[in-house]
Amino acid sequence: MKTWFADLWSGFYTVLVGMDITWRHLFTPKVVLQYPEQKWTLPPKSRMRLHLKYEDCIGCGQCARACPVNCISIKADKRAAGSAPIYAANGQAIKLDVKVFDIDMSLCCYCNLCTYPCPTDCIYMTPEYEFASTDIRDHLYRFAKPDAVFLTVNPKPPAPAPAPAAAAAAAAPKPTEGGAA
Amino acid sequence: MDALLRLFSLIPGWDQNVPAWASISLAGLLAAGLCLGFISLGPVGYVYVERKLAGFMQDRLGPMRVGPWGLLQTIADTIKLLFKEAIFPAAVNRPLFVVAPCLVVIGAFMGFAVLPFSPTWQGTDLDVGAFYVIAIGSLSTVGLIMAGWASNNKYALFGAMRSAAQIVSYEIPAVMSLIVVVMIAGSLSLQQIVAAQAGGLHNWFLWKFFPLNVIAFLVFFTATLAECNRTPFDIPEAESELVAGFHTEYSGFFFAMFFLAEYTEMFVASAMVSVLFLGGFAAPLPVLQTVAGFDIGPVWLIAKAWALVFVHMWLRWTLPRLRVDQLMHVAWKVLLPIALFLIVVIGGLLTAPATAGGFPWDPWFGWPLTALLCGYLMLTALRAWRWHARQVREAVA
Repeated sequence: MKTWFADLWSGFYTVLVGMDITWRHLFTPKVVLQYPEQKWTLPPKSRMRLHLKYEDCIGCGQCARACPVNCISIKADKRAAGSAPIYAANGQAIKLDVKVFDIDMSLCCYCNLCTYPCPTDCIYMTPEYEFASTDIRDHLYRFAKPDAVFLTVNPKPPAPAPAPAAAAAAAAPKPTEGGAA
Repeated sequence: MDALLRLFSLIPGWDQNVPAWASISLAGLLAAGLCLGFISLGPVGYVYVERKLAGFMQDRLGPMRVGPWGLLQTIADTIKLLFKEAIFPAAVNRPLFVVAPCLVVIGAFMGFAVLPFSPTWQGTDLDVGAFYVIAIGSLSTVGLIMAGWASNNKYALFGAMRSAAQIVSYEIPAVMSLIVVVMIAGSLSLQQIVAAQAGGLHNWFLWKFFPLNVIAFLVFFTATLAECNRTPFDIPEAESELVAGFHTEYSGFFFAMFFLAEYTEMFVASAMVSVLFLGGFAAPLPVLQTVAGFDIGPVWLIAKAWALVFVHMWLRWTLPRLRVDQLMHVAWKVLLPIALFLIVVIGGLLTAPATAGGFPWDPWFGWPLTALLCGYLMLTALRAWRWHARQVREAVA
């Protein structure tokens, strides 16, 4: 008999406690984001769709080697002998003619490992995340542009004093960095 | 209907040319159509409110897409349901399969016949009004069993059997606590039950024999909740166990009818609770009974019924579903003994001359307790709002 009353009271009381909780939640401001109209402000360095600044790519292929899922495919040939020198934005000479630079975003695992070895910082992740499509082939992004306009003047000319040494110094970090990667 | 007949007489030549039986039938048809329309449109509103409440209680927004604040969502859903194909599975018992939802809807709608919206505005003032509502309420059980049986689906049959067990069980505490009210009012007529509670909030049967009738109210409310198959008593359709219970095989219009019946039944049950315990169409203050000479009794009854429907929804999003054995335990071992105890005690008190009109302290509890409850709810709502605002401020800082 005693437990009957105790159970009755605890049942009744806990229902009231639950109703109190739901009542309070009825009035708390809501946490919903009305997605297509409202969007999250993404944190800086958020890892979304990859982008390549084709004009800066020297075709070294370190990003493709770093990629754990092989979603980057690059084809690059040596530039024709005697063609005018072109440069990446950080002053590195572009010695290869990058014919194909494809990133298959349907394979990409957004690990960001490709952007670290890039010597010219031309591959990077953008905050763009709304690129769902009904065709998986739309996720293959082709970055090679046949009509790209390259820098023909070195934007960061090497120190003028010992010209060959500076060129060697500019070339030197590349193999070590590649070796580290 | 009388108003319609008077309206007909205004048409020149109507009384001379149209026989009385024809104009009465026409007025009846029109009145019935109007009522039916209004009653069937109700659930559109309830479903919207329910979905919004569900969203708000879970810190969501609920439907927001169709129309401003999602207001047209249920209308869109209704249209979708009405135009969807009603699928008849190959092995169903077709006649029963069709009759079942109709029966459920009829059971829900017939309750409206005796609901007193005002002293004059009532389908009919049956002498056994309270009994009629209880009896008609059980009609839907037949429909549910039919639906479950005709579906030829084990889950549907499970749901149907559960609903039969549940409604039969909960009918008993409901009737027992109803008897308490009937004993106090001395009549089964809903009109007289309301008349006995006139004169303000402190006269409502909820506050008669002070703590006792509150318990009767809770018992009756719980029982009606169970009879409407609402959470926490929704085991007939327990979606996590039985797919959708008795309406598993139903689609399109027939499914919509079950939905309509459920929400209509909710309103009828809540209106019954408010008639029996919360004064029906009587205003909480006699001053508020008329506005500019018009009796606004219907507004009060509907407001009270909606408040109770809100509590139904509130409970739905608060409590998990009971197990079948727990359900039976609550009905037979908890509600029924309490209801029997109340019958005996209140019956005894009514026979004693000193307490025949209630305890002497009855009028002193109604207002303070109502004020306390409303105050508490408003305060917690305000605090919840401000607490959240502080969280946001701290997160920003």
